[in-house]
Amino acid sequence: MQITVKIYRHIPGVDTQPRYDEYTLDVDPKERILDLLENIKGFKDGTLAFRRSCAHGVCGSDAMRINGRNRLACKVLVQDLDTDQIVIEPIIGLDVIKDLIVDMDPFFEQYRSVLPYLINDDPLPADGKERLQSQEQRARFDDTTKCILCAACTTACPPFWANRKYVGPAAIVNAHRFIFDSRDHGAEQRLSRLSEPDGVWRCRTVFNCTEACPREIKITQAIAEVKEVLASGKINYKGVQIGPERVGSG
Amino acid sequence: MQTHQYEVIIVGGGGAGLMAALNASRGAKTAVLSKLYPSRSHTGAAQGGIGAALGNLEEDHPEWHTYDTVKGSDYLGDQDAIEFMCNEAVEAVYDLEHFGLPFSRTPDGRIAQRPFGGHTNNVTGKPVRRSCYSADRTGHMILQTLYQQCIKNNITFYDEFQVFDVLVANGAVAGVVAVDLATGELHVFQAKAVVFATGGFGRVWEITSNAYAYTGDGVAICLRRGIPAEDMEMFQFHPTGILKLGILITEAVRGEGGVLINGEGERFMERYAPHVKDLASRDVISRAIYMEIRDGRGINGKNYLYLDARPETINKYAEADGRTRPDGTPYRVTGEEILSKIPDIADFCRTYLSVDPIKDPMPVQPTAHYAMGGIPTDVYGRVLVDDKNTILPGLYAAGECACVSVHGANRLGTNSLVDILTFGKHAGLNAAEYVKGTDFQNLPEDAAGFTMAQIDQMRNGDGTEKVAELAQEMKREMFNNVGIFRSEAGLKAAYKKIQELRERFTHIRVQDQGKIFNTELINAWELGNMLDLALVVTESALARTESRGAHAREDYPKRDDANWLKHTLAWLKDGQVTLGYKPVTITKYQPKERVY
Ligand SMILES: Cc1cc2nc3c(=O)[nH]c(=O)nc-3n(C[C@H](O)[C@H](O)[C@H](O)COP(=O)(O)OP(=O)(O)OC[C@H]3O[C@@H](n4cnc5c(N)ncnc54)[C@H](O)[C@@H]3O)c2cc1C
Ligand code: FES
Repeated sequence: MQITVKIYRHIPGVDTQPRYDEYTLDVDPKERILDLLENIKGFKDGTLAFRRSCAHGVCGSDAMRINGRNRLACKVLVQDLDTDQIVIEPIIGLDVIKDLIVDMDPFFEQYRSVLPYLINDDPLPADGKERLQSQEQRARFDDTTKCILCAACTTACPPFWANRKYVGPAAIVNAHRFIFDSRDHGAEQRLSRLSEPDGVWRCRTVFNCTEACPREIKITQAIAEVKEVLASGKINYKGVQIGPERVGSG
Repeated sequence: MQTHQYEVIIVGGGGAGLMAALNASRGAKTAVLSKLYPSRSHTGAAQGGIGAALGNLEEDHPEWHTYDTVKGSDYLGDQDAIEFMCNEAVEAVYDLEHFGLPFSRTPDGRIAQRPFGGHTNNVTGKPVRRSCYSADRTGHMILQTLYQQCIKNNITFYDEFQVFDVLVANGAVAGVVAVDLATGELHVFQAKAVVFATGGFGRVWEITSNAYAYTGDGVAICLRRGIPAEDMEMFQFHPTGILKLGILITEAVRGEGGVLINGEGERFMERYAPHVKDLASRDVISRAIYMEIRDGRGINGKNYLYLDARPETINKYAEADGRTRPDGTPYRVTGEEILSKIPDIADFCRTYLSVDPIKDPMPVQPTAHYAMGGIPTDVYGRVLVDDKNTILPGLYAAGECACVSVHGANRLGTNSLVDILTFGKHAGLNAAEYVKGTDFQNLPEDAAGFTMAQIDQMRNGDGTEKVAELAQEMKREMFNNVGIFRSEAGLKAAYKKIQELRERFTHIRVQDQGKIFNTELINAWELGNMLDLALVVTESALARTESRGAHAREDYPKRDDANWLKHTLAWLKDGQVTLGYKPVTITKYQPKERVY
């Protein structure tokens, strides 16, 4: 089928202003949007810039706005869009460096700010083997382990657009992944970070993040669960018996 | 041009690189340079699991793991190195758990394990549950967990810095040259030790499970500096890639009971591997698929087959095989259980094929997957530059870009993740130890000269050739003539074609003359790397007149231990490949015929 693809082009500091370049392509409806970009770059315009690596939705390189929605270019097929007019733009809220490439550093800074690593100073099991964790305990935080840090959620979030200091859904998802891990003892530190003015309370439950997530993480729910812990001072392991409450008294 | 100084530079932020960084940084000033943000590395794509004889569900031993790996390698793996790795595997997995990796769990809360191709109980010969997993996202969890530990330990990263060259002075490592992709500026990093952990090069082939970033940079950089590449003809084709796209469908699907079915509805692996059937080694299954298709038994006579993971199919064959659960009850599954074990595979099938794997079979074909060969090293990650195992002081390599050799002629599933952890760790530890007793080498004058020359060439060619076209031609040629089956005529044709493409490559000119994220220039340079590797692979394959593991010659169908129980070493100089050989280390296991 024949389609037109309009792509946002801009190199701040070099081009005076952004423009849209339009390309007409003959494509198989089963092609990925990433295939179109590769095709354009390889055969029509080598100067087009975008990131990509795995090409099947697991590395998080190619989040972009495709017909107005944050998606991974490698995980959307032409036929999924139900149109022959495709508009591709960079994600919003992070500075464009070139075309579809944005500056990811602030995003990773926010990720780092929630201490995204296991905190547990208890001695390891004496036999050197694994810590035990029941299947239910493991299931409790399964959903938020899936995050690939693509930023589709954070850059779909209106409160983040309004205030770039907001820690954003992706960082909260990663905090959730540890707060609800029965092996972790760092909830208090993470929650104190998330209760700052640019923390979790900036979330207005818009649900854009959940819609944008290519890994289908229930982000809004995860954020709500973190809010609940902050409000109640207790980690609700939901029917899971093992694992003491670790949020201190407050 | 900026200059930096670190004792240890690690090139690559995947599993091997991060493991090296965590270990090196404890004793030395260390930085990681990675062309991708570390969390984008291809380790994150690994699905099925990491092999270690924990014995959480049934009896198992590191010695069994060792033997299976030796046999899987078709006896080309070095047995001392394999034993070392399989012993270390157990601790490596526990280390990951202690770092916080969310493994799937057994009912009693231990790390869950599943069967995988080629991993067996050495007494009964039946598949053993050895692959430790986290659903079908094991690599994602490993990459995330190691990256998290790096954040915790304040490791220094230069993200989106692409290394172009390694500097050697007075016979020892002096540093690397890298391009900062965001600015296009060149940076020189002076270093006492450099660890390459740059991953594989499957993008040389048309159908591949590998990421765009898998262009073999580390191996190509080393080749240009006179360092050989080992066993490059040994490249693994995984039996089950998604039709046309090549996206991997993990062996775990077969571990959970899925079977391969041909156009006649037959579970054909019973004919090729009567004992372990669909869980034979990858090379064996890929060849079987090829032969089924060649003999007209593809689906509707076409070039693909079905991988069937519908519960009714799984249960039918589990019953026929008498498969049981660890508690002795018959193995029967529901659709829901299957989906919970392979959620990402199900997602890929729906996204790319509009197929629901518990309702429809998945169309699959073999896909270029894994480089057994690479930069020659010992078990400490030290790079060996000749057939006498001479070391180049300060140079290390680990992970898929290295060849220790633990995978020999064919890697077993789950063993690459073991490899990247074990050898990443030891390369890091040894690099840190080495730098204590040594000084920085003076940087050569014009340290970035060689890199500049390469860049200038790509900017200033006459523009009569196009990178994307050359790439397509290379991929097609390699898939057709240097794929699962090879022959003298095909290999010679491929060699000629690759040489032609290399000549045409000198005529390219990148259209983008800017500096900021000039990914066109980067892609062009990467194609140059792939063309070098394609040439080395083809020449190594042409010389090896036998069939062993992944290297199957139609004209030499038998393994020939008398002449070929040896590693290939290939040097690339002035566009010509020179070959040498070195012996395989055999300790306990004398080569014998390989039957599954
Ligand atoms: C789809 C898939 C599934 C797999 N499943 C399994 C499995 O279940 N079990 C298993 O054992 N193995 C599996 N493998 C194999 C295994 O995942 C890889 O071999 C392994 O992860 C490679 O790790 P690495 O650290 O060597 O490389 P990578 O993780 O790929 O890291 C390479 C790094 O090098 C960097 N780099 C490359 N070139 C340069 C340069 N020029 N300059 C700077 N940086 C550079 C990249 O940015 C990246 O950070 C699978 C592979 C694939 C493709
Ligand atoms: S390229 Fe990896 S997520 Fe799209």
